[in-house]
Amino acid sequence: MSTLNNIYNTDFSGKAVCIENLTVNYGGETPAIEGVFLNVEDGDYLGIIGPNGGGKTTLLKAIIGLVSPASGKIEIYGKRPGKTGRLIGYVPQITVLDKSFPITVHEVVLTGRLTSAFTLFHKYTQNDREKADELLDRIGICNLKGRMISELSGGEFQKMLIARALAVKPRLLLLDEPTASVDVSSRDQIFSLLNELNKSMTILLVTHDLSAVSSHVKTLACLNRRLVYHGGAELNEEVVRALYGCPIDLIAHGVPHRVLKEHEESE
Amino acid sequence: MLLSIFQCQFVYNALIASIFASIVCGIIGVIIVEKKLVMMSGGIAHTSYGGVGLGYLLGFEPIIGAFFISVLASLGICYIKRKGGTRSDVVIGLFWSLGMALGILFIALMPGYPPDLSSYLFGSILSVTRTDLYLMAVLTLIVVLVITLLFDYWKSYMFDDEFAAIIGIKTAFIEYLLFILIAMSVVVLIRVVGIILVLALFTAPTAIAGLLAKNLKSRMVYSVIIGSFFCLAGLWISYVFNIASGATIVILSAIGYLAIYIAISIKPHTKRKQSYL
Repeated sequence: MSTLNNIYNTDFSGKAVCIENLTVNYGGETPAIEGVFLNVEDGDYLGIIGPNGGGKTTLLKAIIGLVSPASGKIEIYGKRPGKTGRLIGYVPQITVLDKSFPITVHEVVLTGRLTSAFTLFHKYTQNDREKADELLDRIGICNLKGRMISELSGGEFQKMLIARALAVKPRLLLLDEPTASVDVSSRDQIFSLLNELNKSMTILLVTHDLSAVSSHVKTLACLNRRLVYHGGAELNEEVVRALYGCPIDLIAHGVPHRVLKEHEESE
Repeated sequence: MLLSIFQCQFVYNALIASIFASIVCGIIGVIIVEKKLVMMSGGIAHTSYGGVGLGYLLGFEPIIGAFFISVLASLGICYIKRKGGTRSDVVIGLFWSLGMALGILFIALMPGYPPDLSSYLFGSILSVTRTDLYLMAVLTLIVVLVITLLFDYWKSYMFDDEFAAIIGIKTAFIEYLLFILIAMSVVVLIRVVGIILVLALFTAPTAIAGLLAKNLKSRMVYSVIIGSFFCLAGLWISYVFNIASGATIVILSAIGYLAIYIAISIKPHTKRKQSYL
């Protein structure tokens, strides 16, 4: 806990995300995350890493308002989760979506332009279509706009989801494992795109890809049920040990090397 | 011979009923299959049997009872689904059998001779009355209207309801609406294929359309056309051979699906195949 920054800083102004003593349970009493304090500054580029089942996705879903916390407080630009309107752009894990759904790339991006009030016989305007084209162009998959999503590669699918999130015009972009099922060149393209986007929006990224975070993000948070580290983007042995409690391949700045010695898993 | 069939009022009613049933199945079936709500729809359909029994017991039109009970069941099941939790399938199983049990109990409590219930369980399209047709027409119209009025929202909800919720679309409203539409569709289908066979008509035409159609709208349209074909062909076969119409329609749908599935599997270089297998 001593590694936490800003624990007692309750000044919510200028904060993209403010989380105080957050506990979220799985269905029953088992906490997925527990006692998390986290402040994300406006304009930050935060990477959240941690082992599988460490609560990363749960934390994202709590911020978005898809799961409700057992206790604690979350504010996004001063608003409660679920009441954030179009402040948040969300890029879910690819695996949760049905790739056989009959929809084109362009149509998926257009869904990001839907507004909350129901319009009967809703039709996307010319402006909506142009915006979607513009985003696909920016992401670099404009040539695929008429494709069915079933015909996309992992990287193309991921880029499409980013374009859809950007169609919302968010201030805060949340990404869940954006490089999980993506080839290396798409991964690099996605990270350089995120660097570019970070100039105009706050980014919060959940990943198990350690090389990605240490070389791209500005700040780092490590989550294994509890938040065990939050600070600069440099990983060190102590942090990784606290996080995983077991050996791991630590890859820094794109140069793979094993930092920690093999040792028995300890609880 | 064929002309003389059309001159009978009951055959004419049956044809119209088949068309209504195919329309609601085609549209709602696509959503049910895509959102993996087939079993929940089965739960709603079977619970409606309680309403049929209640109608007989209290002396009102059983199909109206089925309508109210299935709407109630759909709201209950939607609530359980939204609450999540690992026990939702258990609760739906209970709904399923409780509805049927209540139906049996109500009919046992009813004075006089018990009515013939097999027409509700297995459908009896040739005994569709004018009142049934009016009710089916209204429900079909509501289903078609609700889906077309909000089509872009349905598409967004079906592809990724979490994302839709985040950008502020009222997905809870959409979901409850969907469940009410499922209940309405069930009521339309009860007279045609019956409570027990409803699931076949929700799934078979939709699954075939899924193998053939490219986009969502055409998937729904194909599904309506395929459903109409099965209903009309099944009706004709049952008329000619004098066998149960609901069962014939269902068997025909299942055979149709298997045949097309096998045909597509044999042709390994079809583009559609990649996304479905």
